[in-house]
Amino acid sequence: MTAAVSGAMADRRQVNRLGLLVGLGGITMLFAAFTSAYIVRSGGADWVALELPPILWLNTVLIALSSGTLEAARRAFRAGRLASFRSWSAATAALGTGFLAGQYAGWLQLNEAGVFLQSHPKSSFFFVLTGVHGVHLVAGVIALLALFGLAATGRLVPGRSDAPALTAIYWHFTGGLWLYLLAVLSLLG
Amino acid sequence: MAHAKESFISKYIFSFDHKMIGKQYFTLAMIMGFIGGILAVLIRLQLGFPSQPWPFLENLFPVGMASGIMTPEFYVSLFTMHGTIMVFFLLSLLPVSGFGNFLIPLQIGARDMAFPFLNMLSFWTVVPGAIIIIISFFVEGGAAASGWTAYPPLSAIRSAIPGSGAGQTLWLVGMIFFVASFTMGGLNFVVTILNLRTKGLRLMRMPLTTWAQFVVGILGLLSFPALAAGAILLTFDRSLGTSFFLPAGIFIGDTLMPHEGGTPLLWQHLFWFLGHPEVYIIMLPAMGFTSDVLATFCRRPIFGYRSMVYAIMAIGTLSFLVWGHHMFVSGMSPFLGSLFVVTTLAIAIPSAVKAFNWLFTIAKAKIRFTTAALFALAVVSLFVTGGLTGIFLGTNATDIQLHDTYFVVGHFHFIMAGAGLFGAFAAVYFWYPKMFGRKLNERIGKIHFWITFVAYYAVFFPMHYLGVAGMMRRIYDPNVYEYLQPLQPVNLFITISAFVLFAGQLLFLWNYFVSMRRGETATGNPWDAAGLEWSTPAKPGHGNWEGDIPEVHRWPYDYSRPDRKRDFVGQWES
Ligand code: HEM
Ligand SMILES: [Cu+2]
Repeated sequence: MTAAVSGAMADRRQVNRLGLLVGLGGITMLFAAFTSAYIVRSGGADWVALELPPILWLNTVLIALSSGTLEAARRAFRAGRLASFRSWSAATAALGTGFLAGQYAGWLQLNEAGVFLQSHPKSSFFFVLTGVHGVHLVAGVIALLALFGLAATGRLVPGRSDAPALTAIYWHFTGGLWLYLLAVLSLLG
Repeated sequence: MAHAKESFISKYIFSFDHKMIGKQYFTLAMIMGFIGGILAVLIRLQLGFPSQPWPFLENLFPVGMASGIMTPEFYVSLFTMHGTIMVFFLLSLLPVSGFGNFLIPLQIGARDMAFPFLNMLSFWTVVPGAIIIIISFFVEGGAAASGWTAYPPLSAIRSAIPGSGAGQTLWLVGMIFFVASFTMGGLNFVVTILNLRTKGLRLMRMPLTTWAQFVVGILGLLSFPALAAGAILLTFDRSLGTSFFLPAGIFIGDTLMPHEGGTPLLWQHLFWFLGHPEVYIIMLPAMGFTSDVLATFCRRPIFGYRSMVYAIMAIGTLSFLVWGHHMFVSGMSPFLGSLFVVTTLAIAIPSAVKAFNWLFTIAKAKIRFTTAALFALAVVSLFVTGGLTGIFLGTNATDIQLHDTYFVVGHFHFIMAGAGLFGAFAAVYFWYPKMFGRKLNERIGKIHFWITFVAYYAVFFPMHYLGVAGMMRRIYDPNVYEYLQPLQPVNLFITISAFVLFAGQLLFLWNYFVSMRRGETATGNPWDAAGLEWSTPAKPGHGNWEGDIPEVHRWPYDYSRPDRKRDFVGQWES
């Protein structure tokens, strides 16, 4: 930041965006801490590999698609096409919910295969990491629904509100976070 | 910006005004600090008069002080909660959340923080945390008892000791509220400082207090998530049967615990990855206050401003690379240990830069010995004392001897608790006029200072000796060891000094509350100080400046310019 940024000129948009980025920095540190715990713990003698439930790949496709639909929503909003924005954001929320349901199904599949939270360290990490990630995604879905509601009642004005763009950043971040976690879970240990 | 009429609730309870939120934090922190102080007095009561009956205390703690004699379990809860409350709920809340919120917008020329609603929310998130922490004393088994560091297995197995049950659970819940609140606050600090500075206020013109709060915001955001991760894993271990931190073969009584393969060291890494930056979260604001107060009362520009800023950044960065110095005796590889020695001793460099810059600022100055100036000078003294003992603890060869002795207790009460506390007092005496439009009583203030300063050294300096003589920390009754019995007079002396120290703080509380109504009324700039915050009216309203926000033309330390008649030039003057 340079001297040019001053109170009088600072624009709300920039403030919000920086706030979000800083917040994402905090979330990143949370998962960095989990990762380091994971690496340390994976050196233990009782560490065993875990067959990841195949549905995770389907979930991954869902969340990748959802980033696409949200991009479409964001663009529609920027272009002032509110109806299109509503449908795309609803689609995104649906895909996100599908992802969450799929993750839950993955848990159940593991349970059926006799793998539980307490079974062994890798399974413990699996449930904790997917769970904490899921909570962050729930927040994203709630934000999307709120946007949808605001748009439906005409309280979201293109050109004035930055909320769709902010939500999009957050959503892409949680999507990327999932890819990262998937990589950790399938490649490390 | 100014609202015509505000209801009581929107003005005092759910206020969005950073100044009111700052004061709310302030009040909460003072209450918590008072409680933490009482816990310290109780700890010292036991160490000064081991296992003597104090029947009146039975009324307050029927279990912990059954028939007036302190139980060992209660003692353990006492130091655990004393440490937790003092570190997080006093010395993080007051200087950072309290003064940070109050001062940042005033010092950078903003009407409020970047996210006023989030600010209000973060205060009301920490309140339940504080309440839960206090309530935990009164649940079955008493408060948490695994130290402020919450090491497993004591913190992870519910049946380990009485405090490991409900008390530890509440400790975790309370801390999660704290972490959530504190990270929201840090986010607000960082964004506000980067984006809302008034015209002309380049980063390199910011007061060192704001610089410190900026780095503290970043430290909090980067380090508290590690504690959050640890707390989540610990909760799973406690309640859901996982084994992140718990190895096989732990017996509680005759029962073998089902856990397998976990490692308590993992918790230590996660905890200290937060824990060490946390001590700088406490220290850096105190350093900032000290710089601002010293410059004002020495009527001197702060010496080496740029190097001060770089030192703050260097300390902030290094604080993430040193956590292993708390674990030298944990069985870590000596090679790794040596790396941590190097990073730890490297912090001595920026720290020495700060200390010398203060000394050069003071040297040959005609100091105005106000109470605030005295407390700031004391910070320098405490910082040097604590810094020197830190060298021995930061070197693994010597720490192996000193670890977990009273040497450590002496050390951190100087460098962290002492510098933090005295820095906070300097700040209160200095900025009180801006908070309440009146000054604190200087005569009472000076008495308060001298009692606090002398008693503080009397309490904590002899602890180094106790530690070298072999008295271990967290011990309930040192006299069970014959070789420690001759030290009892020292412990008695410390305890009496601690009572005096505590009593001295009552003087402060009295001053604080009485001056609010009856103190000498202050002008907007009662100390002839040059920082931007002093350009506001005596009691700034919501929005801070009545007209436009002033433009900034210079740094905040323009004192005694030979080319000017008056001995200071405010940042807002061209
Ligand atoms: C009012 C004056 C104070 C007195 C008399 C006092 C006294 C003590 C005593 C006797 C202990 C127990 C040491 C042990 O057995 O290991 C202790 C621990 C501790 N104190 Fe203080 N203290 C005071 C102020 C503070 C402040 C202001 C802080 C703020 C940071 C603080 C932070 C701690 C911490 C972190 C511990 C370690 C707790 C643990 O072992 O888990 N103290 N204090
Ligand atoms: Cu440390």
